[in-house]
Amino acid sequence: MSWPVLSVTTFLPLVGALWIMALRGEGEPERRNARWIALWTTLITFAISLVALTRFDPGSPEFQFVEKQPWLGGAITYHMGVDGISLPFVVLTTGLMPVCIIASWHPIQRRVKEYMIAFLVLETLMVGTFAALDLVVFYLFFEGGLIPMFLIIGIWGGPRRVYASFKFFLYTLLGSVLMLLAIMAMYWNAGTTDIPALLHHGFPRGLQTWAWLAFFASFAVKLPMWPVHTWLPDAHVEAPTAGSVILAAILLKMGGYGFLRFSLPMFPAASHDLAPLIFALSVVAVVYTSLVALVQEDMKKLIAYSSVAHMGFVTMGIFAATTQGVAGGIFQMISHGIVSAALFLSVGVVYDRMHTREIAAYGGLINRMPLYAAAFMVFTLANVGLPGTSGFIGEFLSLIGAFKVNSSVAILATLGIIGSAAYALWLYRKIIFGALTKPSLAAIKDLDYREIITLSPLVFLTILFGVYPKPVLDLSAASVAQLLDMYSHGLGPVQAAGLFVR
Amino acid sequence: MDGVEIPAVLPALPELVLACGAMLLLMASVFPAGRRANAIHVAAILLLIVTGALVVWVPGGKTFGGSFVVDDFARFLKLLALTGSATAILMSLDYLARGRQQRFEYSILILLSTTGMMMLISANDLIALYLGLELMSLSLYVVAAINRDSERSTEAGLKYFVLGALSSGMLLYGASLVYGFTGTVSFSGIARAANEPALGLIFGLVFLFAGFCFKVSAVPFHMWTPDVYEGAPTPITAFFAAAPKVAGIAMFVRTTIVAFPGVLSQWQQIVVFVAIASMALGSFAAIGQRNFKRLMAYSSIGHMGFALIGLAAGTAEGVQGVLVYMAIYLAMTLGTFACILSMRRHGQMVEDIGDLAGLARTKPAMAFFLAMLLFSLAGIPPLAGFFAKFYVFLAAIKAGLFTLAVIGVVTSVVGAYYYLSIVKIMYFDEPAERFEPMPRELGAVLAVTGLFNLLFFVYPAPLVEAASAAARSLF
Repeated sequence: MSWPVLSVTTFLPLVGALWIMALRGEGEPERRNARWIALWTTLITFAISLVALTRFDPGSPEFQFVEKQPWLGGAITYHMGVDGISLPFVVLTTGLMPVCIIASWHPIQRRVKEYMIAFLVLETLMVGTFAALDLVVFYLFFEGGLIPMFLIIGIWGGPRRVYASFKFFLYTLLGSVLMLLAIMAMYWNAGTTDIPALLHHGFPRGLQTWAWLAFFASFAVKLPMWPVHTWLPDAHVEAPTAGSVILAAILLKMGGYGFLRFSLPMFPAASHDLAPLIFALSVVAVVYTSLVALVQEDMKKLIAYSSVAHMGFVTMGIFAATTQGVAGGIFQMISHGIVSAALFLSVGVVYDRMHTREIAAYGGLINRMPLYAAAFMVFTLANVGLPGTSGFIGEFLSLIGAFKVNSSVAILATLGIIGSAAYALWLYRKIIFGALTKPSLAAIKDLDYREIITLSPLVFLTILFGVYPKPVLDLSAASVAQLLDMYSHGLGPVQAAGLFVR
Repeated sequence: MDGVEIPAVLPALPELVLACGAMLLLMASVFPAGRRANAIHVAAILLLIVTGALVVWVPGGKTFGGSFVVDDFARFLKLLALTGSATAILMSLDYLARGRQQRFEYSILILLSTTGMMMLISANDLIALYLGLELMSLSLYVVAAINRDSERSTEAGLKYFVLGALSSGMLLYGASLVYGFTGTVSFSGIARAANEPALGLIFGLVFLFAGFCFKVSAVPFHMWTPDVYEGAPTPITAFFAAAPKVAGIAMFVRTTIVAFPGVLSQWQQIVVFVAIASMALGSFAAIGQRNFKRLMAYSSIGHMGFALIGLAAGTAEGVQGVLVYMAIYLAMTLGTFACILSMRRHGQMVEDIGDLAGLARTKPAMAFFLAMLLFSLAGIPPLAGFFAKFYVFLAAIKAGLFTLAVIGVVTSVVGAYYYLSIVKIMYFDEPAERFEPMPRELGAVLAVTGLFNLLFFVYPAPLVEAASAAARSLF
């Protein structure tokens, strides 16, 4: 490896942001330049992350493309690297960014330069979160993302944007600072914050429980899990379309990624002991938020609640700590990253035309927008988890994984799938089918070429991963196997034997 | 001079140069040529820079019978205090020029106060400590009331003087009790004698701490801070928020760590209480403030609470945390005050945070840097303020002060709320009328401190290592 591919992927967007910052003036040419710079920066970043993907050896569970530089002095270093668990998220992030930029092309007309800068900075922080191999570096990226997202919601958001942005910021911050204290406690216990070293450290039982709870506070808010999910509907509803896309597709995944990277392998005993708590919260999330989604009148809010429900499957799968469960959790996160992004983009399509997200304001769109109806159908069915779409694979695998460990949880969660079918199909029927009676909709136009560009790759991937999930599963298989190996090793022989019998 | 005396004076050379320089400037300013425009102020800044160079250059060691010590700890904090004072004078140039207040005493008083701070930072016994403290404080009292035609300024000066005198009295009482129960005023002597927590000694310690808390404006001796910050002319407030805090923390840390290691478990409780109370009050009381200077007063109370977390740990890591904290606090505070000083419309200073509305569109660069400073004050990574908090909490966790750490981070989230509300006003609200152009020197201060905050994470090692070396020199 001659050049630091991960650092380039991480910091290239920042270069684009600096370039846009250097643009002078507020006129139309500057806005156009800002958009094009942002688009090219994200496209090149995506290309570089694809280079990493092709060079990645999925057969090895070890961290690859490792970079290490002295940084804070002592044992805290700038350490980057990816394995089969983090690489999919890096590529998901870089891949969705150009989509977001294109989706913001016309809707964002106010303060375009700042908008593009905020998105590019956010991309750096998100990629860095997934690629960091030092806890302090991870925390830096993880928390730093709050600033651009706060501004994105607050400046370009809807009417209640101030409330939503504050709630988002303070909620997430409160969870994270507790994690910071746990990171410090781990540092003093292990003498390092190097993630690969900590994975093999073996923390004492007492510390495991406290640190697990502290990490849980952070990731449960981020994911979000019931009952700390209430910031999510507000943030989603008020954020601009691309902000919702990033929020649902990437920022939520940081929580799940954190559980996989830290909670499970570093605190196996605590994870094992507290798994029932996670299961309980996951089931509540799946069932309860599906029911809540049923009564929503706002499209974005409905999809936001459905996100909470889908994340319930993720946590259930991860803490089942079986091969299928963990692989399913990862797959579900990737799939949800694509599908929820697409759903928010679809809402954005009609919102840009009608400037309302009220479900009641629509109906019969199939008469005027056949292309849109087709694309939206694919995503709706993926959201339901219909076989043949990517949504099915993730839910199915996590349910199998959970069933092996705790069958009642799996059965209850399966009921939630019925709920998800109910609200998703209800939404689709209300918006797309029926007669086009509302006069305001009479002149609505079908997808333009820009929207086709953004939605078609997502349609393709949703169906591709639905019928051929192997690429994603293979990419992470070796790392998942090693993760579970560490987990059962950390549990000790007695509990591991118990696990085996079950 | 003969060969015996030179080494004895050499460690105190920076203080001597500063004191003599201040007096020379005082004399020079009597002549008409010395009163020309900014000559005195610029000369004062140069003098502070020269002193800073000397601080780096002079060898370490003790002198004056062990009552004056130069070590890495002293060097680090002296440089901070000098930076704070020099920047404060720099930031007042425009203010002084506009207000037709070409009072040359202004810079001279700051120089004398800085001399007191340096004495305080190097003080190694209770007498030297008191001398430094009073030189610093008396100059501060006068400088707070320098705008003598203004009711608010004189009120601030008087209030500060009365309460300050009271706290000095308590400190003296505590010092005399400590002397009475240990039989010595030197810190090392006290450390040798104070192994047992005798009641009288603890009593004295508490009074000493009362004086210290007053000077660093920690709860429960913080009451003067909001009024003085609001009432004093803004450049003075900027000065108050920076250098004297550094000196106060230096005195607090050195006395506690060097003189009272034997009764750690006694003073630790006090410091923990003071830290928690300051952080909580700083975060909650600031929420309702509309006046930016008053808000910064509560903010500084909170920040002193965070800095004291490091002291509460009582370890070298803790002191390192305090030092890193003070360095970063200085940068954040000076930058923020550079913004407050450039809030000017139609020749009038405005101080309400509502006046910042829509600053992101009228003055994008100023809004950006101020926003970064505010996020940094809130302790959001990757900005410098995060590292400041990181090191103090790291020390607290190592020392097992978990409750303190948890309360600390929770109050920092509460504190984030009011910093965010200022960002909200600047970025989310509709623009208000544009401010007057920013004076060049304020722009420079803002740019330097803003970039320091923004880019600290790229190469944090030098400051952290320097603070670590400085902290080790106390143990």
